[in-house]
Amino acid sequence: MPPAPLPPLGQRPEILRMEGVNKTFRGNVVALNGMTLGVGQGDFISLLGPSGCGKSTALRLIAGLMQPTTGRIRWTEAQSQGDLGVVFQEPTLMPWATVAQNVWLPFRLRGESYASVRDRVEEVLKLVGLEKFRAAYPRELSGGMKMRVSIARAMVTRPKLILMDEPFAALDEITRFKLNNDLLEMKAAIGCTVIFVTHSVFESVFLSDRIVVMAARPGRVSAELTVDAPYPRHEDFRTSAEYAARCRAASDALHTAMELAA
Amino acid sequence: MSLTNAEHGPAGASAPVDLEESRRHRRQSVEKIARWTLPAFVLLAMLFLWDRIVVWNEIPHYILPSPGNVWESLTTDWPILFDAALLTGRVTLMALALAVIGGAGLAILFNQSRMIEMSFYPYAVILQVTPVVSIAPLIFIYVSSKTVGMLLCAWIVAFFPVLSSTTLGLNSVDHNLRDLFRIYGASRWQRLWMLQLPSALPYFLGGLKIAGGLSLIGAVVAELVAGTGGVGAGLAFRIQEAGYRLNIARMFAALGLVAMMGVMIFAALSLFSHFMLRKWHESALKRET
Repeated sequence: MPPAPLPPLGQRPEILRMEGVNKTFRGNVVALNGMTLGVGQGDFISLLGPSGCGKSTALRLIAGLMQPTTGRIRWTEAQSQGDLGVVFQEPTLMPWATVAQNVWLPFRLRGESYASVRDRVEEVLKLVGLEKFRAAYPRELSGGMKMRVSIARAMVTRPKLILMDEPFAALDEITRFKLNNDLLEMKAAIGCTVIFVTHSVFESVFLSDRIVVMAARPGRVSAELTVDAPYPRHEDFRTSAEYAARCRAASDALHTAMELAA
Repeated sequence: MSLTNAEHGPAGASAPVDLEESRRHRRQSVEKIARWTLPAFVLLAMLFLWDRIVVWNEIPHYILPSPGNVWESLTTDWPILFDAALLTGRVTLMALALAVIGGAGLAILFNQSRMIEMSFYPYAVILQVTPVVSIAPLIFIYVSSKTVGMLLCAWIVAFFPVLSSTTLGLNSVDHNLRDLFRIYGASRWQRLWMLQLPSALPYFLGGLKIAGGLSLIGAVVAELVAGTGGVGAGLAFRIQEAGYRLNIARMFAALGLVAMMGVMIFAALSLFSHFMLRKWHESALKRET
């Protein structure tokens, strides 16, 4: 059952709002300064910026792994804080468990037996194209396949929100392009919202409909761009003139952000 | 990887193999045979040399028996030695089991409560660094049962490697996986059972291999201190007794048995460790090139 078509940007119900969020670490290191961001249901938001701009901190705050020093993060009733999936830069799989067992983990931690969720696990493994590898151990898989398992694990519970922290940064470019394409298909298939941390301009333009450009020292939001090219986006979008123009605009915004910090 | 691919590449098995590759292949097969034959050859050479030294110098058997004498003693004294080996082996295995339960149990307890760890860890270290030979006589004053005393001695030597390596393992959990468990709201019990214990398994098995050897040492030391009486005689006691009687051949035979037991324990634990880890751990992975 495909999800209902997305309303245009700006008309989507908000599921989460960061309001003037500050995070200061010990030694007066300001990781994040006054970040305000509304996340609409179905958005694909990229947090784009140089290292030290607080993009990973923002993600960890949303994930509930940290508390803001000041400001707050409001969740709407439709979205509870626990209902999210996470993908880290490393695949972060349990090496002692098979692919299927790794994907089962979110359900298992809720106390659901494998038998009761087998269909869901199979379905999501098919979605990431690894249904033949359900009994394999992570060490038998390539880097790209491990990342697919990680994505499958994040999606298996069909969370409304998926947080991704530079998930493809360690992969080679061919694998990264392929995973970019597949990620968009998977997102459309389960109809979730994605917040995606990256330092790649090209990746952010290809994937997202909103790009939040961040600056460092202190970490803060410097600009927001929208990419209103329609989905589904395919490989030909990568070579289009529109894509090139968007990339230039995002690149300029990133440069401005980096000059701010300098 | 690339080398393996080259071997089975599109050109197939008939593709010419370059000189370096064939040399590498030959070296590997030679090493495979040499791994077993060389030590066996060294053993035979040593036995031969030993025999010749005894015969040529006419050394009396109560000073240095020939290998033949030792073999004779091993076969004729087999009932005595076998009983002794059984006793020592039983104490060793029981002590090892206790070391596993105690060491891993303490590690889990320490891991669950930092306060308990801070309170007791220094004493675990002190217990470990004090030579067991110097503790053993005290133990046999307060513990009336010889078996319990011997177990206690062997346990004191053997539990620490299990404790320290399991502690290390429980703390070596991938921090992203730890975050993931937190995000999914895992309970402390779920985190321990599904994350920390599997992460600690390779470390625990490493400690177990060391503990196996140490529990044999502990059992032997305890026997030497405890003497016989009540529980029958183990191998260490047989060595001591044979020494008093100048039955040097039997000393060698018993010593050989103790060494054999050590090797068997190590081999069994290595095999066990391999089977526990072979599916997923790097240490059990055969390199492809």
